[in-house]
Amino acid sequence: MSETLDKPALNIVGTRPIRPDGADKVTGRAAYGADHSMPGQLVGKILRSPHAHARIVSIDTSKARAVPGVKAIITASDFPDLASEVLEGGEQASNLRDLSLNVMARDKALYHGHAVAAVAAASSEAADEALARIKVTYEVLPHVLDVEPAMAADAPLLHAHLFTEGLEAKATAPSNIAKRHRNVRGDPEGAFAAAEVTVEGRYTTQAVHQGYIEPHATVAAWAEDGRCEVWSSSQGQFMVRTYCARILGIEISDIRVTPAEIGGGFGGKTTVYLEPVALALSRASGHPVKIVMSREDVFRATGPTSGSVMHVKLGASADGTITSAHVDLKFQAGAFPGSPVGAACMTALACYDIANFSIVGWDVVTNTPKVAAYRAPGAPIAAFAVESAMDELARKLGMDPIALREKNAVRNGTKAAYGPTFQNIGYLETLAAIRDSEHYKSPLGPNQGRGVAVGFWFNVGGESTAAVNIGEDGSAVVVTGNPDIGGSRASMAMMAAETLGVPVDRVRPIIGDTASIGYSMLTGGSRTTFATGMAVVQAAEKVILDLRQRTAKLWDVSLDHVVWRMGQAECTDPAKPDKKPMTLAALAAQSARTGGPISAQVSLNAQGAGPGFGVHLCDLEVDPETGHVTVVRYTAAQDVGKAIHPAYVEGQIQGGVAQGVGWALNEAYIFDRQGLMENPGFLDYRMPVASDLPMLDTIMVEVPNPAHPFGAKGVGEVPIVPPLAAVANALRGAIGVRIPHLPLSPPVVLEALDSKAE
Amino acid sequence: MSQLAYIAPSSPEEAASALAASGARPLSGGTDLLVQLRAGRAKPDVIVDLKKVAGAIGIREAGGGFVIGASTSGAVLGEHAGLVRAWPGVVEGANLIGSTQVQGRASLAGNLCNASPAADGVPALIAARATCLIVGPNGRREAPVESIAVGPGKTSLAPGEFILEFRLPPRPARASDAYLRLIPRTEMDIAVAGCGVNLVLDAAGAVAEAHVAIGAVAPTALLVAEAGAALVGGKLDEASLDAMTAAVRAACRPISDKRGTADYRTRIAGVLARRAALIAFERAGGMR
Repeated sequence: MSETLDKPALNIVGTRPIRPDGADKVTGRAAYGADHSMPGQLVGKILRSPHAHARIVSIDTSKARAVPGVKAIITASDFPDLASEVLEGGEQASNLRDLSLNVMARDKALYHGHAVAAVAAASSEAADEALARIKVTYEVLPHVLDVEPAMAADAPLLHAHLFTEGLEAKATAPSNIAKRHRNVRGDPEGAFAAAEVTVEGRYTTQAVHQGYIEPHATVAAWAEDGRCEVWSSSQGQFMVRTYCARILGIEISDIRVTPAEIGGGFGGKTTVYLEPVALALSRASGHPVKIVMSREDVFRATGPTSGSVMHVKLGASADGTITSAHVDLKFQAGAFPGSPVGAACMTALACYDIANFSIVGWDVVTNTPKVAAYRAPGAPIAAFAVESAMDELARKLGMDPIALREKNAVRNGTKAAYGPTFQNIGYLETLAAIRDSEHYKSPLGPNQGRGVAVGFWFNVGGESTAAVNIGEDGSAVVVTGNPDIGGSRASMAMMAAETLGVPVDRVRPIIGDTASIGYSMLTGGSRTTFATGMAVVQAAEKVILDLRQRTAKLWDVSLDHVVWRMGQAECTDPAKPDKKPMTLAALAAQSARTGGPISAQVSLNAQGAGPGFGVHLCDLEVDPETGHVTVVRYTAAQDVGKAIHPAYVEGQIQGGVAQGVGWALNEAYIFDRQGLMENPGFLDYRMPVASDLPMLDTIMVEVPNPAHPFGAKGVGEVPIVPPLAAVANALRGAIGVRIPHLPLSPPVVLEALDSKAE
Repeated sequence: MSQLAYIAPSSPEEAASALAASGARPLSGGTDLLVQLRAGRAKPDVIVDLKKVAGAIGIREAGGGFVIGASTSGAVLGEHAGLVRAWPGVVEGANLIGSTQVQGRASLAGNLCNASPAADGVPALIAARATCLIVGPNGRREAPVESIAVGPGKTSLAPGEFILEFRLPPRPARASDAYLRLIPRTEMDIAVAGCGVNLVLDAAGAVAEAHVAIGAVAPTALLVAEAGAALVGGKLDEASLDAMTAAVRAACRPISDKRGTADYRTRIAGVLARRAALIAFERAGGMR
């Protein structure tokens, strides 16, 4: 299935070496966000709102300041009151004012857990006591948690200044609806009228958290001369630098951010929560300040992705050609605008070539934590609705679900629903991989069902910098600006080693701080192996050119007569048959004589990221007496372009599936009547544990991306897009009724079984 | 500022006297206490570690039955072949607490005295008719397991009292037990409902004695005498199983909360009781 690019055979790319960060992680040496300390540091803690929606009438810190050991207490008045301004820099654009207000509430607390004050003290106990003595007077306001109630005309209003964008007529009154997205092609209503078969459904999903193992943590120091140091766990040290500078109103040049090892991000660490607070506490106290969130803080104040209410209608002719589609997506944004509903609208029909459609999306604020990016933001949610409807359509048409998708699949040359024309995509190959799999042909047991679903993610490129520095022994250090959340250090080392022609263990990949490497956009959008990898390869190629030039001088031949092959310079000048090849180590040893240190840096803005498609197949079994669902077999096929390190590509696919299965089966926020979250921990917020899942089988389809030196496409986000619907469709097969609402927890399934019996 | 002291007495009497002080909390495996400390829900002045007390750890056979040191970890229970053979249900209940790592510490006494209605270690112990040897400032007493928890987080133990041992009765030849629980996941979770069934068969293979205890469906785990009675005299025919299931559901007094609705819990308790009874019957050598 793998195609070869017009390139020499690969020695390292496509193999499975041990990851360079592996030993540190399994021995506990890896230094995560909370592992760094500075001399004289204080403990920072944050006071959080006990209400879902309340006006902050006053904050009295006098008793807290009297607690021995307390060095500083800050509130929103210690931050500049910023104007509304759209800021690029995270995974999606953010509003600077909203970012600031999410870090520290100013006039209103907008969700249970919203930060309202912070303390720095000499000990954890003193900080706790100070928090207990801060007296906040609240005027509790009515709250609204769910997306449809928040859209109602009489809903409690979160922001008096929020007027709906994207309407034909300008909104005249504020509401909780921040924006309407709309994309129409052809004549959907006319096509529905002519359709021979239609299906229609209302689907809902719950907000779910990214669930990274490592809670947010930071240490920050504000020195007397105004220079700031930040050490934190994030998906982008440059993002942290930009956001801190803008939120605090200081110069980027005054902040240096060092990325800690990161214990999972999944998009949830593409923004800041603690870093500006720690800096402000450090400024106020004169000491470095360390803040570490508890798991409870993580659940109450960070992430999640949106809950949703969706409506999908599909129209088709009797042969299965889909002639019309209508998709309506209402997404919970949390306390500030900015749900991923825009991306959801763009991805919803991206797998299908449909002549007529309308897609409408609604971004709605609610008294819940502001949503953060979560792995293919928005796409799994929309895919749950669209792929469930596709399953219903296949049943109504009496068609095989893969055949229906093949019939309507986008191909090379198809104009995607979201605009561009697809090229070099491997969607049909991926559908075929599942269709032809042993799994798809295998029989099912009693109480079992099988579901198919597909998914799409854009993948992005963007700005990256990489440096390759050759040591005097011929080893190489590869420096990039991208935190490694998915095995990217291994990929960087492998691509550099492949290019230089040296063994991979001669290459040490490191992640530089903001003062040590050029700007790089954060790790997100499945961009790092593609874009930063491109910078690494180009930097290695610059090193090779330099080495050839030096060798040409040493040999007194023209540059054209020096080729770089298998890690050494070779002479091709027929007039100089005596010139023995020179290895990288030999050239490095005499670099002082040939022009000085050997190194190169490349900064670029990578274009041409290849979109990714996944096709998933899920078998599950239902306990008819309890409603308990067990996934018994799962196969995920995906077009990965070219797997640089196949084991980590498989790991990405398996990880996406595991998170998607959790989203489908059990994960949900539970709020009480006051809007307070009741399950801020992994005991009652039920992500899957290892024993919940069977071995997740993967099929890597390799249709190369010609824009990348080795053909890579982003792989980390696609695999979380199909599982929600794959599970739901399998359950539909097992129990004979459709449950259009997530999660598919045991009581919900048992109720559906009851309704069927009646 | 609060101070926290830690002591680990070796004699039961010393432990009882230390525990009698106000602000003292016992530490057995610590898998609940440490979580409560971190969350700020427990704020003891002194932690009395009971694992060093003579007799607190270990399993021995005595008088035809078993004596289990109250702080013995789940992992040790699971590795004791004789105990597993005689009381597979008691052991499987204990082994469902937490994860593999937690099993290295979690104890039956901690599970019982934490007094969660959903404690997985408790229903099978009650169905086994196990008793506790309680040590306190005024000496020793023995009490049935079901008398210890009196409500969520509350026990009948007086200040200074702690459980030193569990005592399991002698086991006839054709007898066995089973414990089942329902959780949305497969491990690392709290029971939505749980049920332990203990059966003793007569020479003809009919049920001579039956005890059914349910968890997570009332403020404490309950021994349901009517459910056990429904099984006695037969070989788990459908009618007796239906009667037992009905008795179990009638005894349920659950709350609706984030872990399940009252209706769902009641229904599941019946399903689990039926399944656990069939497993115990088969383990005891019964033939339907």
